Amino acid sequence: MNQTKPFLNYTQGFKDGIPIGLGYLSVSFAFGMMAVNMGLPVWTAVLISMTNLTSAGQFAGIGLITAGAPYIEMALTQLIINLRYALMSLSLSQKADQTFNLLHRLLLSFGVTDEVFAVASGKPGEINKRYMYGLITAPYFGWALGTFIGAAASTFLPPAIRSALNIALYGMFIAIIIPPAKHNLAVLKVLLLSVAVSFLLTYAPLFNQISGGFGIILCTIIAAAVGAAFFPIEEVEKR
Amino acid sequence: MATLPTIPQILGYIFVMALVTYLIRMLPLVIFRQKIENRFIRSFLFYVPFAVLGAMTFPAIFTSTACFLSALAGTAVAILLALREKGLLTVALAACLAVYVAEYLLKIWQ
Repeated sequence: MNQTKPFLNYTQGFKDGIPIGLGYLSVSFAFGMMAVNMGLPVWTAVLISMTNLTSAGQFAGIGLITAGAPYIEMALTQLIINLRYALMSLSLSQKADQTFNLLHRLLLSFGVTDEVFAVASGKPGEINKRYMYGLITAPYFGWALGTFIGAAASTFLPPAIRSALNIALYGMFIAIIIPPAKHNLAVLKVLLLSVAVSFLLTYAPLFNQISGGFGIILCTIIAAAVGAAFFPIEEVEKR
Repeated sequence: MATLPTIPQILGYIFVMALVTYLIRMLPLVIFRQKIENRFIRSFLFYVPFAVLGAMTFPAIFTSTACFLSALAGTAVAILLALREKGLLTVALAACLAVYVAEYLLKIWQ
């Protein structure tokens, strides 16, 4: 690849974030709709989306709010469901270049979502703060806007369209993981192991008691540790 | 149905949710400011994205739409296009289209 990386500016980040933002529209639409159906005011649904920027965490959160759960239960639930972001932030800390000073780390960490992480880690070499700000922009506003539209107009899209849009983010994940797995056998093995553990945790008796967020952490740690033990990477990544 | 919490209580919940979630994301990025040299940890972090995304996608993708068959159609289309290394938006929209068409066909058939 080229050493000067001329494309890693705000504009390129913004462009890369557009598909994420579009995907978020439909998911946050569903969230806004559900929140209002459960009795929450429209503006609180939008406030949750603008301060949390998570999917599973928010869906679980509105359930706990409307059930009147204790605050500590809310805190623990968010911790378990969202702990995977700690792994992603840790991974990104190794990809961030010297433009990420303390202030930018404090601000940009807010925008680390599954999809933002996926796209950022798909970039070869290091990433800079401008690219990261650009990447976060469309997803952030897409998430807030979708929540508002869903909350305000609960029956806006026909069910067939909503069902089709639900697969969008997974389709994007597949587009991110398959090409590297095609070219790198070790990546393919790690991927298959993680998927196998994920199936096990979802369907095997006993294991299926584990919550979704925690299950993803288990899959990740097992598969990535096996990968690191058996296929350690060479120091070929560009500095 | 329990009575809904008051607005101040709802704001309290939102504050707790937002704070916990932010700390989870912020602390690792702020604490690890240096490049980690350990080869195992570097390799581990290299594999994390693939492991995370694989586990998040499967098997959840199969229950993401109105029925299993339409999800299967969307998954198959996404994998085929990803193997041909199409862009993110192309793959995502094609998967949506496949789900829509599959559900339409299933509806006619029944």
